[in-house]
Amino acid sequence: MSLVTPISRKPLSFVIPTVGGLGALIGLFIGTSFGSGLVGVVGGAVALMLLALIYITVLRNEKMARWINRLGMAALGFLYGGASGLVLGLFAGQITIWFIYWLYEGRYRQSLLPYLTSGQVLWHYTFRVICGAIFIFLITPILVVMPLSFNAQDFFTFTPEMLRLDPDGYSLKHYMDFLGLREDSNGEWLRSFSNSLLIAPIATILSVTLGTLAAIGLSQSHVPAKRAIMAILISPMIVPLIISATGMFFFYSSMGNWMEDTLGLNKNFVGYVKVVLAHAVLGIPFVIITVTATLVGFDRSLTRAAANMGADPVTTFFRVQMPLILPGVISGGLFAFITSFDEVVVVMFIGSASQKTLPWQMFLGLREQISPTILAVATILVALSIALLVTLEMLRRRSERLRGMSPS
Amino acid sequence: MTDSSAHQPMIAADGLPLKKSLARSLRREKTRALLLIAPLLVFVLLTFIFPIGSMLFRSVENEIVSNILPRTVVELENWDATSGELPDEAVFAAFVADFVVAVEEKNHTRLGSRLNYESSGMSSLFRKSGRKVAKWNPETDGPFKEKLIKTDKGWGDPETWAIIKTHSGKYTNGYFLNAVDMQRTQNGIEAQPESKQILIKLFLRTVKMSLIITASCILLGYPVAWILANLPSRSANLLMILVLLPFWTSLLVRTSAWKVMLQNQGVINDTLVWLGLVSNDARLEIINNQFGTIVAMTHILLPFMILPMYSVMQTIPPTYLRAAKSLGATNWIAFWRVYFPQSIPGIGAGSILVFILAIGYYITPEIVGGTEGVFISNRIAYHISSSLNWGLAAALGAILLVVVLVLYWAYDKIVGIDNVKLG
Repeated sequence: MSLVTPISRKPLSFVIPTVGGLGALIGLFIGTSFGSGLVGVVGGAVALMLLALIYITVLRNEKMARWINRLGMAALGFLYGGASGLVLGLFAGQITIWFIYWLYEGRYRQSLLPYLTSGQVLWHYTFRVICGAIFIFLITPILVVMPLSFNAQDFFTFTPEMLRLDPDGYSLKHYMDFLGLREDSNGEWLRSFSNSLLIAPIATILSVTLGTLAAIGLSQSHVPAKRAIMAILISPMIVPLIISATGMFFFYSSMGNWMEDTLGLNKNFVGYVKVVLAHAVLGIPFVIITVTATLVGFDRSLTRAAANMGADPVTTFFRVQMPLILPGVISGGLFAFITSFDEVVVVMFIGSASQKTLPWQMFLGLREQISPTILAVATILVALSIALLVTLEMLRRRSERLRGMSPS
Repeated sequence: MTDSSAHQPMIAADGLPLKKSLARSLRREKTRALLLIAPLLVFVLLTFIFPIGSMLFRSVENEIVSNILPRTVVELENWDATSGELPDEAVFAAFVADFVVAVEEKNHTRLGSRLNYESSGMSSLFRKSGRKVAKWNPETDGPFKEKLIKTDKGWGDPETWAIIKTHSGKYTNGYFLNAVDMQRTQNGIEAQPESKQILIKLFLRTVKMSLIITASCILLGYPVAWILANLPSRSANLLMILVLLPFWTSLLVRTSAWKVMLQNQGVINDTLVWLGLVSNDARLEIINNQFGTIVAMTHILLPFMILPMYSVMQTIPPTYLRAAKSLGATNWIAFWRVYFPQSIPGIGAGSILVFILAIGYYITPEIVGGTEGVFISNRIAYHISSSLNWGLAAALGAILLVVVLVLYWAYDKIVGIDNVKLG
């Protein structure tokens, strides 16, 4: 953060009551958990105001005050709440002392424009708090499942042992169940996981191959009925999944019967073919969109230059065009992969039990047996999506570099 | 240009007139583009568009009655259903002839369950009579009128025959009428009895909840998009991760996370009890109802609102706001009259996207919605997999599809499908 405004100390008549407000808020939570909110509010406010007064007028040493506050609150927390109390106390100590000095030294004005009125400053920080709350709303559910997946009990909630940070409250048993290493685990999870790992890549290869070709065709300058073709190719993304699933249910069951009876194919094999075809269709819009977007920035004279030097169209495609649009193709492929890997409605409608994928197993786990192994799977999948996010970001930067833009 | 070129056409290098040569190369280019697109187009048409088309056809198709009871249908033409009298012996004879064949081919129960969608009781009537009628000989055992009525009183009710007659056409609008809580009777189209009117309510609830979800996404998404677009890019990129991580996380993971958060013994309730804000025996009911569906789906669809808003807000120059303020506008006026109108395309794009996605949602309502918070999609899935009333499922799907396609058309008009950005 750049320093925009010179700062000055604020009068105590402003600092102390505001600090009291924070104390009241913290006191409210402590008070209600011990039975009386009102006592908490008053007590918290008074205590924090006194502390601020002592730190500012008596102690006059910021560094020392910081340590006293942190350690003091951590000790108090430990006395009342054990290990988790210690963490909460340390946290509260850090927040309160930071807040006191942030106000007192006027640091809150540091990075703002000097001509803002105090109302505007207040709004600026209120807005930040609102945005922070929304970000917490976005991320909390995903973070909550992670510690819960190490639960030693078969519950979906934090047990008292977990809250005390007792090592006995944690275990890897749900991960063991996922891997099929527990005596009572039936191997369903691993089987469905391997099904997902079989179906998703094949569907991805299918949709990337066809999708990239079509995107190159669509990006030519003269394509008859371009809008209509585009609408048809995008439609699997627009039509609600339940409708796609219903339509495919009727169509694929008769197609499957035909393949089994007339062509005499293995029932299991036909089941996989059906699911792969359905997932490939669902992934196609994503490939089309990302690859056409990449082709917009592709310099067409390069293919002409290659042709000029004697390369045939196939060589031109693989040696000149493909390397340049590869980032777009890969990110389209990732979208297609995650679409298939994450898809549950269609596969439930057209697949049979032997094609059960991981999301399907999770859906069953949520609706019928409420198995906590889901949380272990969820944690693994979150790790997977973080890896995916990092890959995509790197691809984006590479693509921008190739196109001669500086990465932002 | 010389004089002669005005009379003679311009010649290309290969000796053909230039116009012809250009037209040929244009044609070749078009063919090449089409050839590149063709495999995918055929693939999508075959494995996606055609199945959906045949599903839509299923919502009006009704060949089962005339296929299984061909003779009866012809005889019933001559009977006046509004007369209140039973049809004559010819109809009964034709029916027994058809029915014996149907029982042999084990088709009669299918027909029974088809007619059961129109009037409950038909399925058991067909199943029970099937066993007895199978032993009769249609050539010799007549007359059948008395005999059939003896096997089951249902055949003595003109209503039964009226239903067969009403639904004997090759095509029917019966499923669509059922989908909007109406039914076909011999007296024309009537509303279903009160107790059966649930589908219109379900449609309205789906639309209402989708609107609420869209509105809460706008409310939560706007400040976030604003702060992402106005922070320096380094911190904005960091915060962007918090938006993109949920976006990339599996839908089932997020839904199970909300189940963990919202349930009676869940994280939110536990926290509130621990803080003393609610008492232990009065835990909040925030799952298996509309509230649960709305919260979970708002969370799941929020990135789809933030990303389009963000890309629009990035293009609004921050100098406009400063200019407005330096001309004397207050903060609010500057925002409302200068910034907000420019951000409306982002709101529009995000809203349509979120609404389209919300209205067809199935998984999340199924898991956190209970009975009060389910959508029309859940009803479609129920008819496909449990009640096996596929015609009604197809009709419900067709109505939903029309709504979505109209919205998609609006989206294409406002935003342009080429401008969709991912990630």
